[in-house]
Amino acid sequence: MEFSLSVEQRMIRDSARDYLAVHSDSAAVRRATESRPAHDDALWRAIAGELGWCGIALPEDAGGAGLGVPELALLQEQLGQRLACVPFWSGLCLAAPALQASLGPVDSTPWLARIAAGEARATLALPEDGGYWFDCVAVHADPAADGFVLRGAVAQVFDAAGADWLLVPARLADGAPALFLLDLGDLGADDRIVLSPLDTIDRTRPLSALRLDGLPVPSVACIARGEAAAHGLAQAWWHGALMLAAEQLGAAQQCLDLTVVYAGERIQFGRAIGSFQAVKHRCAQMMVAIEAARSAVHGAAQAWASTGPETARRDIAAARVTADDALRFCAQEAIQLHGGVGFTWEYDPQLYFKRAQAATHWLGGTPAALAYIAATGPDAWREA
Amino acid sequence: MMANEVANRETTGEAAFRAEVAQWMAANLTGEFACLKHRGGPGDEDAHPALRKAWERRLAEGGWTGLGWPRAHGGRELPVMQQVIFHEEYARAGGPGRMGHIGEGLIGPTLIAFGTEDQKSRLLPGIRNGTTFWCQGYSEPGAGSDLANVRTRAERDPATGDWRVSGQKVWTSLAHASDWIFVLARCEPGSQGSRGLIFLMLPLDQPGIEIRPIRQMGGGAEFNEVFFDGARAAAADVVGEAGDGWRIAMALLGFERGISTLGQQMQFTHELEWIAQAARANGASRDALLRQRIARAWAGLRVMRYNALRMLAGAAQAGADGGTALQREALIYKYYWSNWHRDLGQLALDVLGPLANVVDAADARRTRLQQMALFSRADTIYAGTNEIQLNIIAERGLGMPREARGQS
Repeated sequence: MEFSLSVEQRMIRDSARDYLAVHSDSAAVRRATESRPAHDDALWRAIAGELGWCGIALPEDAGGAGLGVPELALLQEQLGQRLACVPFWSGLCLAAPALQASLGPVDSTPWLARIAAGEARATLALPEDGGYWFDCVAVHADPAADGFVLRGAVAQVFDAAGADWLLVPARLADGAPALFLLDLGDLGADDRIVLSPLDTIDRTRPLSALRLDGLPVPSVACIARGEAAAHGLAQAWWHGALMLAAEQLGAAQQCLDLTVVYAGERIQFGRAIGSFQAVKHRCAQMMVAIEAARSAVHGAAQAWASTGPETARRDIAAARVTADDALRFCAQEAIQLHGGVGFTWEYDPQLYFKRAQAATHWLGGTPAALAYIAATGPDAWREA
Repeated sequence: MMANEVANRETTGEAAFRAEVAQWMAANLTGEFACLKHRGGPGDEDAHPALRKAWERRLAEGGWTGLGWPRAHGGRELPVMQQVIFHEEYARAGGPGRMGHIGEGLIGPTLIAFGTEDQKSRLLPGIRNGTTFWCQGYSEPGAGSDLANVRTRAERDPATGDWRVSGQKVWTSLAHASDWIFVLARCEPGSQGSRGLIFLMLPLDQPGIEIRPIRQMGGGAEFNEVFFDGARAAAADVVGEAGDGWRIAMALLGFERGISTLGQQMQFTHELEWIAQAARANGASRDALLRQRIARAWAGLRVMRYNALRMLAGAAQAGADGGTALQREALIYKYYWSNWHRDLGQLALDVLGPLANVVDAADARRTRLQQMALFSRADTIYAGTNEIQLNIIAERGLGMPREARGQS
């Protein structure tokens, strides 16, 4: 069994926790979100540089540390706890696995090497209706003289501002799946690609709308097609869903931590409010939701590592449901139990509530996860 | 569906052990015992008690009792993972609820840890052989959540050194089918709370003990009231010292934590499958809301499974570190499973629809789901109510202030 964390895993978790507590505290998050799009550049330089987090789960051939999904989930949890304003999830949990799965271990290495070294930031334009299959893709690639012409729109792309590479799933003229890699540095001045930053309620994860108005791209921009591209999108989606659940788990934990501290300090009727059962029990329920999510997230991560991504999908769906429940519940309770200051701009619960509301819809959220479980349910469900 | 899911990576020896359990169950849960499949256990303890006792003897003959006990006491000293595998395969095969659980899982380990040599040699063989059955006398009318508020008295007979017990215990599962009871009684008059208590063992078949069944909301009667009127506990049947009863009683509750959990989950899995099958049969599975609730219940099963694996790993880790404090995953577990199961009961009734209200003994599956739904209302009450569990989680897990105590 792999359920106690190894010494190395504990080190990864604890050092990330300690580092982020100092370098991505509430003040840092607030500073980063004052400018839009929010980006904590100093933190990102550290993550991509001295801390080496970008390479943690990437192959050693690409200069990474070659660790696995469980270790990456531990990092994601800590980043989620601090709402760190860095493009880590979009780059390392969505774009990198898309490259890895669609190009294969050899061909993806040059791309992953630059990501691992922190030299290139990538993001993935996920189809907007929350699915991981190409039927949802609304970008079309028509053949042109030297390559393709891209048309279509994606309503929300994570962390596109400042990204070097934009991965765009598109459908070819015959309907076949394809994955394009656009180098945004080269395309900066082209008005046939428009990335418009969106004003968002949750300011900690920037979103942009993507429009492609007949953008010509060379044929090398199409880095995968057919089964490989479909596999890449699916793999990225499930990997991203698991890592999003880890992030939600961390954010829920911070809601509880903030609340327990506050309930221990706030005095009413001559007692700390944390001594009232009405308050205490709500905190205990938050902890139940959080530990349930922790079991589901780490269980799904272990399943991915030991039995493979395909068989882990239902577990990921379960983790997504459980972590989504936990964060929504904990963010709501954090506001309630902070009382009057809970709904102010000054106190932190609002930051987590907004993230909870945004994240609940990413990658299809709970409805997509439940639909997946119901549709693929265990064999015994089909008898009768 | 879950054959290879238990430990994500099982050793060859563990896999072989799993196969051995499965084969033995397939070969033995047949013939006269076939009707015991999926019967017994909480909510169904009235089913075939005599035959289930015979089944306990069959288990013992097969070497499937005392798996975790030391060899010196007739056990097999198996590693924790193999014990877990046994419970899981036992439940997967539909093995009946264990009549011997209180003996094997609770009083047995307590005697091994705290009993005298005489107690061990007299009492352990009957437990291990599946011939002596035990029940637990902790709760009283005035001692429910407040377990230490014991009123039952034990008075020492100066002539013989034996103890005379008077008072009342309640919620005693299977007392009517048991041979022995262990009780917590007050041996120091005027003492309060957890002080001045004694842990005693008494044969049930004696004058001065009366057992009255309590009929539950489902119609069955697996709990009892047990009345003591000068009943005798031999001097040799005190566990620990007089006055030390609370420590023994609490240690007993700490044994075997987590090991049978995966077996319980296997039973939950069967129940969810029955519900899903009922939903397919009657069309409820096409209802979007019910489909979502079934899927959610499945997600909860996964939470419990991984939580149990964390508990087992955490207990091993804590053991290695010399600590005994419950880990976070262990603190939340009872609250989580009991509320999940209560919700499952509601889901079962909602899937059955109007027929949930109609009794038909010929429809065994529906009867079972109805009984499960009614009995699941007890899950969030016994073994620490929801409210007590939340106190414990907040106080021990989050370090929040303890509840104030009133004057008793």
